[in-house]
Amino acid sequence: MLEIVIRISLLCCSLSMLGLIYRVIKGPTVPDRVIALDAIGVNLVAITALISIVLKSHAFLEIILLIGILAFIGTVAFAKYLEKGVIIEHERTR
Amino acid sequence: MSLLHIAIVSPLLYSIFIPIFYKNFHRIHTGWFVLPLPVLLLIYFLSFLTNITKQNTVIESMQWIPSLGINFTAKADGLGLLFALLITGIGALVVSYSIYYLAKDKEKLNTFYVYLLLFMGAMLGIVLSDNLVVMYAFWELTSFSSFLLIGFWYERDQSRYGAQKSMLITVFGGLSMLGGIILLYIMTGTFSITEIIHQSPVLFQHDLFVPALICVLLGAFTKSAQFPFYIWLPDAMEAPTPVSAYLHSATMVKAGIYLVARLTPVFGVSSVWFWLVAGVGMITLTWGSVFAIKQTDLKGILAFSTVSQLGMIMSLLGVGSAALHYDALDNNIFTVAVTAAIFHLINHATFKGSLFMVAGIIDHETGTRDIRKLGGLMHFMPITFTISLIGTFSMAGLPPFNGFLSKEMFFTAMVRVTQMDIFNLETVGVLFPIIAWVASIFTFLYSMMLFFKTFTGKHQPEKLEKKPHEAPLGMLIPPVILVSLVIIFGLFPNLLSESLISPAMASILPSLLGAGEEFVVHISFWHGFTIEVFMTLGVILLGIILYKTLPKWIKAYGIMPKKFSLFHLYDRLMEGSQSVSYKVTNKYMTGSIHSYLVYIFAFFILILLLTLYWKEAFRLDSSNVSSIGIYECVLALFVVVSSISILFVKSRMTSIILLGAVGYTVSLYYVLFRAPDLALTQLVIETISVALFLVCFYHLPKFHRYETRMRFKITNALVSVGVGLVVTAIALSAHSQKLFHSISKYYVENTYEEAAGKNMVNVILVDFRGFDTLFEITVLAIASLGIYGMIKLRIYRRKDG
Repeated sequence: MLEIVIRISLLCCSLSMLGLIYRVIKGPTVPDRVIALDAIGVNLVAITALISIVLKSHAFLEIILLIGILAFIGTVAFAKYLEKGVIIEHERTR
Repeated sequence: MSLLHIAIVSPLLYSIFIPIFYKNFHRIHTGWFVLPLPVLLLIYFLSFLTNITKQNTVIESMQWIPSLGINFTAKADGLGLLFALLITGIGALVVSYSIYYLAKDKEKLNTFYVYLLLFMGAMLGIVLSDNLVVMYAFWELTSFSSFLLIGFWYERDQSRYGAQKSMLITVFGGLSMLGGIILLYIMTGTFSITEIIHQSPVLFQHDLFVPALICVLLGAFTKSAQFPFYIWLPDAMEAPTPVSAYLHSATMVKAGIYLVARLTPVFGVSSVWFWLVAGVGMITLTWGSVFAIKQTDLKGILAFSTVSQLGMIMSLLGVGSAALHYDALDNNIFTVAVTAAIFHLINHATFKGSLFMVAGIIDHETGTRDIRKLGGLMHFMPITFTISLIGTFSMAGLPPFNGFLSKEMFFTAMVRVTQMDIFNLETVGVLFPIIAWVASIFTFLYSMMLFFKTFTGKHQPEKLEKKPHEAPLGMLIPPVILVSLVIIFGLFPNLLSESLISPAMASILPSLLGAGEEFVVHISFWHGFTIEVFMTLGVILLGIILYKTLPKWIKAYGIMPKKFSLFHLYDRLMEGSQSVSYKVTNKYMTGSIHSYLVYIFAFFILILLLTLYWKEAFRLDSSNVSSIGIYECVLALFVVVSSISILFVKSRMTSIILLGAVGYTVSLYYVLFRAPDLALTQLVIETISVALFLVCFYHLPKFHRYETRMRFKITNALVSVGVGLVVTAIALSAHSQKLFHSISKYYVENTYEEAAGKNMVNVILVDFRGFDTLFEITVLAIASLGIYGMIKLRIYRRKDG
């Protein structure tokens, strides 16, 4: 039963991933793409979790955490870049 | 190290002290310090004469590189000693001449004498070494020291041009000679000339015999200025006159003659040798004598005359090699060619040396060497006049000088060629005496021109820079000694026959001698009304007629266009090779990385595909392939879609994001293939590198910011598809034929047992294979330091730098 549920959820994740990638490629503006990328990150978390259930391993739990952090940092960086044009501001410009 | 070795290298050693003498004894001409050495050496080599006359050879060996069979073996036999005497004797005369020729306060005497001594030592080394490699080393040393001497007045363009030309041609020949030496070594297993001669009867059948022969002959022909390599010699006349007298008439240009004579026992039985040596010698003889007429410079005439006389000696040696085919010594009439060659070699060194010195004196005392400006010098310079009378008449082959005797013997040898019954000589042999005769007429002609145009006729003081007067006594002594030798050898030729010519012939034709036998050489002035006498009379008669009518037909030389002259061809070749290589390099070294990458990848595809094809390495075997799951397929779809769309997107931002997407998908692959550590690292690195890409592209100049999509190029598409296919093919075939099991079983068993860790990847990284990790850390450190340096250090290079 669990097996089938996982299969279905993986399929859903993949479909949404495809949709998000379509958005990344197509996305008329950069913010669209950044949001899609962030969502891809979340999707990756889900997929990794599901796969580790399939593989019956707890070795990938760290990766889930890492993807979460990276997706967050990445999105913040992008956002700041889009807003200010720089990611790390220079000391002297303050 | 024996005394003979010391004698050979003594000029080289002595040259170290020349600058010291020059610095410390400024008031004395440096040449006086040099002069004792060749005189001492001459006396030393004369002491060998008694030994040599009894057919004994002196061999002294010294180890140099015994493991390669290269030993400094000095061998003084008849031929080597003859040359050694020429080198030291004329060397002493040239040094004493140069003392008066080169001014003490104007010239850089220290360098001059250092080069001259280097040359002398090198030349002695060539003629007295028995080991071919040692001989080659000295051979190149003569090329280099000759280069230095020709370019002695290096501030003149012509000197530098002549030096470069002679260097290129002689070193080309020297290198091909090295090839010949190596081929000889492959055939015989030894570098020793003596041993090679012992093995020569079996060498004839070897496959490498003819290539070795041609390589060696190339070396000899370039050094001895044979056709078509003679072109460097007239340009080498830019050297100071003592150098021309020494190097380019008496010694260096005879190194090739020496080589041919020395290796005649090895190669002489071959018909290729006969035709090449005799044929090229004949061509050079005729060509040189015909074109000497055209020259207007004294040294130019002498240079062409040297070329032609060297061709004569060469052709005599070639004809002499035919004597090896006739066993019986008693009636072997063909050895006379070798006798004539050696005799003329000595004669040429004497009269040509003196003529060059005369040319130097005239240049020194009148300020020009152009025969159109000279004339009527007879009354101003009576001694010089006498010297050149003897020298030119001997060169022309008139009695009672030594040139007459060797010319007679030359005719004898050439006439006897018609009696040979080998190498198709029955039919074409008759050409030899005819060509020899025609060339002799021209020789007579230019000798007369050289003499009469300089010393008789109208004196033209307005064209001369100085008022002509007789040269100082010191300058006259060396040529006087040489021409007195001309007369002595002319009147008493048998002084030489026993002592020098016979032993030298024994070295050239050793197989003709039985035990205890020796060549009987008898040179006589008069041997009845033979054909040679009539040939000589004809030469004189026709020569006089042609000389009288010279102004009428000299214009015939204008018919041959300058374009086809060998000098012009050489210049064209040099320019052409330069411009062609420049063009070729410019063609493919475009400076664009794109084209270099195309070359690299095109060769990558080509080489790997050809290897796969020729070695029949392509295999497809699905027996050890695991089954493919749905997840892998989905991920593969992601990777393919995003990497292909990178190629087609417009903005750079999008391509960076897509690249990130590929990276993340790859990390998912790692998850799927159970590699948590890799997945972790991949994620972090991917994030950082995407961020770095963004930083880079943000800083791109404004102009390129609104970029368009990548342009399509058919080469790029072909190359990239090709690389992809090749790599796929290699990966598939590599996977299809695994020969050995993996060693991973050891790690699985021992990770905890030996290394006390449960994470196998980490244990491999820091325990089993920690060295790799260490240097990966180093790489990262270097990269970070490099980035820091690039950002912080801002040293701009100057534009002109």
